[in-house]
Amino acid sequence: MRKREGSPFKGIGTIALKEAADHITSARMHLVMLLLLLTAGAAIYGAVNEIRATTAESNYLFLALLAVAHAPLPSFASMLGFLLPLLAIALGFDAVNGEFNRRTMSRILAQPIYRDAVLFGKFLGGLIVIGIALLTLWLLMTGIGILFLGLPPSGDDIARGLAYLVATLFYAGIWLALAIAFSTVVRAPATSALAALAVWLVLSVFWSMLAPLIASIVAPIDPDNPMTVLNQFYALQDISRISPATLYGEVSSMLLDPASRSVGPIFQSQLEGALVGAPLSTGQSIVLVWPEIASMVAAMLILFTIAYVVFQRQEVRA
Amino acid sequence: MSPIVIEAKGLTKSYGRHKAVDGVELTVSEGEVVGLLGPNGAGKTTTILMLLGLTEADSGTVRILGRDPWREPLQVKREVGYLPDAVGFYDNLSGRENLRYTARLGGLSADEAERRIAEVLEKVRLAQVGDRRVATYSRGMRQRLGLAELLMRRCRVAILDEPTSGLDPQSTQDLLHLIGDFAHDGMTVLVSSHLLDVVQSICTRVALFNRGRIGFTGTVEELSSRVADSGFAIEVAADGIDIASLAADLPGVTVGERTPEGRWQLAAQSDIRPELARRVIAGGGQLRSLDAHRLALGEAYTRYFEEAGHEEA
Repeated sequence: MRKREGSPFKGIGTIALKEAADHITSARMHLVMLLLLLTAGAAIYGAVNEIRATTAESNYLFLALLAVAHAPLPSFASMLGFLLPLLAIALGFDAVNGEFNRRTMSRILAQPIYRDAVLFGKFLGGLIVIGIALLTLWLLMTGIGILFLGLPPSGDDIARGLAYLVATLFYAGIWLALAIAFSTVVRAPATSALAALAVWLVLSVFWSMLAPLIASIVAPIDPDNPMTVLNQFYALQDISRISPATLYGEVSSMLLDPASRSVGPIFQSQLEGALVGAPLSTGQSIVLVWPEIASMVAAMLILFTIAYVVFQRQEVRA
Repeated sequence: MSPIVIEAKGLTKSYGRHKAVDGVELTVSEGEVVGLLGPNGAGKTTTILMLLGLTEADSGTVRILGRDPWREPLQVKREVGYLPDAVGFYDNLSGRENLRYTARLGGLSADEAERRIAEVLEKVRLAQVGDRRVATYSRGMRQRLGLAELLMRRCRVAILDEPTSGLDPQSTQDLLHLIGDFAHDGMTVLVSSHLLDVVQSICTRVALFNRGRIGFTGTVEELSSRVADSGFAIEVAADGIDIASLAADLPGVTVGERTPEGRWQLAAQSDIRPELARRVIAGGGQLRSLDAHRLALGEAYTRYFEEAGHEEA
């Protein structure tokens, strides 16, 4: 087979930067960011009050700012896990079908670039914007933390915070890839937005209710066999992990709480010799959640690949 | 003889059981302006998309400047400009910004792009509104901006799909004038339209499309001479006799519509007036009027597709 001439990445930067510029100035981005900022503000207010009251002696105050919740407000991490998919869907739901509807697709594809560059560029443009938004939020949280707590963040705070940001970006990437996949398959932007939102609702809200039901069917408990309880727990964990929200929740809890040692059950034998409550290093926490991070990257790549294959085979008439 | 720039052989494309393009053969030489004529759904756009490599042909081969657009898309795209039907631009950007974007995609340096953009906007008479958002442009202005993009890229071949579709007569003339300038500048142009007068004024050759096939290829003069032999338009009015059934028996006659004034419109391969008059009188009718004129190019063009449609049916 003859090799294709030129790079499939030619033009990707131009498309990504245009997409990013379009998103940053778009009304939908402003709306979702406003929502994120309001909830982030509420979450940090609650976290600061909680930290002052309970964990003022923690060595990881800036991580606590992200992870601690003050009822009834959720923590910043939980809020991000719920709302970030909305931002990603808002940026991706009309990425491809919008070009067809504006009748710009055939004109763009008639330029000396490969189709690859169009889809990669759109995905990258969305990720750049989400990355900027996340970094801004994190810096804002850190700045507010410095003001209210009167302390600078430690090296570990920054390292874990950055690792958490990268994991969050992968999580957002899943939803962005899903939205782009729908925008490739479905021609009407409203339908693709609804389809992506439906998947988000099922996986983020209803999955936690469905997973125990499925687990009890897949691995029923035998009252005479205590191991079946454990088997059902493992089944529940595996089924729950189909939802990116579960994976992200596990990553968040491990990275933002250095004392966390496992996302699953811990047996007494495993704790022998351990210094209970002693923090893990950043590297150790990352190793613990590596499977979750790898799963999120894999999900993102699978969804993007679906969009890529469909787009490559698509008839371009507009 | 000028070198061949576009060459399509046995081009076929089906969508399910519907054959959109059926064995199209087409050659276009350097510097030619060739018109693809045919009604909507005749296969013109699908052929163009296959020529551009935007749609894969089921069978047949395409060569643009000696290259296969499906296998060597970048080389072909560098040399070929495409203006789709109702070209789309980013409404939130100005005309200049839209051109700047495609210039960057085409790999032009910023300085070179700015120089060319200023030059081509002047040429298509959009320099005054180049910084206005495209959302405020009329359809004619958008089409001219599309032509500006082709000029900016300095393509050797321009493929224009229904460029005058939806334009008012003045905008149509402006656009055709600009397309004519392309040819004077040495560009090879392939333009599709369902309107004969659009291509008649600028094309050196035409290819008549119908139901996915090319039924006629030749110069406009060749098409005209074929038309000259193609018949007469006859209008007849008579009282006391059914003209439609009377004329239907005559060989080479197609009965058309009846006007509100009661005149029947007939299309005939020869001047049937004497025979028609004789039959009206023999049938006891009273002839009120009987006129005939040779079919104009446009009428013949319409008739060609009507007849082709009847044959297919």
